[in-house]
This record gives sequence, C-alpha cells and structure tokens, in this order.
Amino acid sequence: MATEFEEMGAVPSFTVTLFVRRYNPEDGQEARWQDFDVQVHGTDRVLDALHKIKWEMDGSLTFRRSCAHGVCGSDAMRINGRNRLACKTLIKDLDITQPIYVEPIKGLEVEKDLVVDMNPFYQAYRDIKPFLIASDKPEKERLQSAVEHSKFEDTTKCILCAACTTSCPVFWTDGQYFGPAAIVNAHRFIFDSRDEAAEVRLDILNDKEGVWRCRTTFNCTEACPRGIEVTKAIAEVKQAILRGKA
Amino acid sequence: MPTKPAGTLYRGKVGMWSWVLHRITGVAIFFFLLVHVLDTSLVRLSPEAYNAVVSTYKTPVVGLGELGLVAAILYHALNGVRVILIDFWRKGVKYQNVMFWVVVAIAFIAFAGFAPRHLIHVFHLG
Repeated sequence: MATEFEEMGAVPSFTVTLFVRRYNPEDGQEARWQDFDVQVHGTDRVLDALHKIKWEMDGSLTFRRSCAHGVCGSDAMRINGRNRLACKTLIKDLDITQPIYVEPIKGLEVEKDLVVDMNPFYQAYRDIKPFLIASDKPEKERLQSAVEHSKFEDTTKCILCAACTTSCPVFWTDGQYFGPAAIVNAHRFIFDSRDEAAEVRLDILNDKEGVWRCRTTFNCTEACPRGIEVTKAIAEVKQAILRGKA
Repeated sequence: MPTKPAGTLYRGKVGMWSWVLHRITGVAIFFFLLVHVLDTSLVRLSPEAYNAVVSTYKTPVVGLGELGLVAAILYHALNGVRVILIDFWRKGVKYQNVMFWVVVAIAFIAFAGFAPRHLIHVFHLG
C-alpha cells in the first residue's frame, strides 16, 4: 500500500518541537517555556503550527493573527531569537532538527502568552503625524513624478507589525524612544513632495528620544518582513534634520 | 505580579554585536580615563605622590592591561568612524557589513604592530 509520502506530488510531513513562551497574568506564575510536538507539512508556516496547537492541543494558547498572509502585521513574534511574522516563516526553512523557540516580541509589556500591549508603539506612530498635511485643495489628484515618489517608496511598505521597533536594543531599555517604525512612517511623509509639514516632523524627531537614539545596530532592517531598509531611512532623516529640510 | 518573560537572547547580526562591543570598549575606556585623570591631577598636589602612584603601574599586570586598553581604543576609534559613515555617507548603510570587517582588519594589523614592542618593554626582554 502506498503511504502518504510515496504519492506523486505529496507534501512531506514531519514532526517538530515548538517551545512556546507561556504567560498568564491570572495564574500568578512566572513566564515559562512549554513544549509541543506538532506534526506539520512541508508547506506549513510557524503560524500553522501555532494554530494546530491552539485548535487541537491547548486552546488556551493566546496569540494575535488576522489575515495570516503577511499583510496585516498582527503576528510579529520572536522565532528562534529573531523577530519574524509567524505567517511568513516556513517551518522547513528553520533548523527542524532543533526545537523552534517562539516568544513574544521584546520591549512591550506581555499581556498573555504571545500577545503584547501595542499601545506605546501606536502612540509613537501617532506622534509623528502619519497623514498628509497640505494646504492646497486641488480639483484632481496631486501630481508627483516617479523620481519624487522613489524617494519614499520604500517606507510606504510598512504594515506596523512592530518587528523592527521591538528588535531594537535601544527600545528594549528605553521605551520612550520613538523607535524604527515611527521614524519609517515619518520618513514616508517627510520625503513626500506633496506634503508640507516635513519641518514639523523633523522637529519632532530631533528630540532626545528621536532619531539620535538610533545606534545603527541594523536589527530593524534585518527584522522587517517587508524588506524595508529601515536603518537607511533613519539615516536619511538624521541627515535631513542636519540640513534643516527634506 | 509575575515578572516579565526574559526569554532568549536576541540573535542580532554584525550590526548588533559591533554595537555591543562598541559599548563595552567605550565604558572600559571611560573608566581608564577616570583613573588617568585622577592620577595625573595628583602631580599638582604632590609630585612625590604622583611618582609613587605611577611607579606602581610598572608591573606586568598593568602592562597587559595597557595591551587591552590599546585594543579597546583601536576598535572603538575605528568603529566610531564606521558609525559616522553609516549615518552620513550615502553608501554607508549598504557597506556597513564590509566596513565592520575592514575595521577588524585595520585594528588587528595596528595591534599586531604594537603588541610585540610593548610586551618587550613590559617584560624587559629588549
């Protein structure tokens, strides 16, 4: 009898061990590791394994996810010590001979298991005025050349998953720091030719807790699931502050 | 209330570890300068006391410490230039990884030039 593995085009399946960082504010216990052996397919992502745990093994496991396809930015977590989206990390790409460690992102308060309080993160985002500020009211669209657009195209890709901000050693120890994500979103408007408030945002980021806190560790660039060159964007904002204009 | 989860060490790459080393060498150099300013200022109070303190430095242990000091300063100075280039040179971000290994190479060459001569003095082999 042909097994599942021998079927033409069948996806191989294998067992992996996941160590998940558990924390329940109501049981009075410290955060701890809990291990699960999960049968997964070669096409499964870490999110699929977490789903399998939650749906079939332990329904109390708590994590955020919404679209599950790398667009909404809900499921940023620390996978094997690096910030990743669980829905974009294929299990087969990890070292499956070793257990896979899954923890909440660092620097924001853990509420339960893999869920953290995102409010300080969103507040930093709001503080840099993430919207177009323009005085004119054109009849049609505001025109912009391709060259003008290319200046900030990279930073339009942000999905606010917080993988960058919570990979930053400065943010871990100084929660007041605006963080890479807020600076990326400021960059998106500072270098937009249609926007008129670049000076306002540069002034906000020329703060003690602004861009000068950046120590260029490149953890943010490496963590971004959208491939945004975060450290480069921060460097461009630093230079714009020194020039006094975008 | 239970404490926050500690979890694993973040697995950053060259950028993060170069920064950690930069911070460690920076703090080490700061403490050296603190002692250095204090012992040098002693000469204004009493030249004899200054001579007494400085003569206690002429031991192999302090000599090896000086070796470490030079290594720390070499790395901190060269990596400082790298950080400045990352912030203010257009292509600095692109070449940050390469620049780190250039920093290590230059620091190593300079250290290799310094260490033998210094050790000869420390252990009176010359």
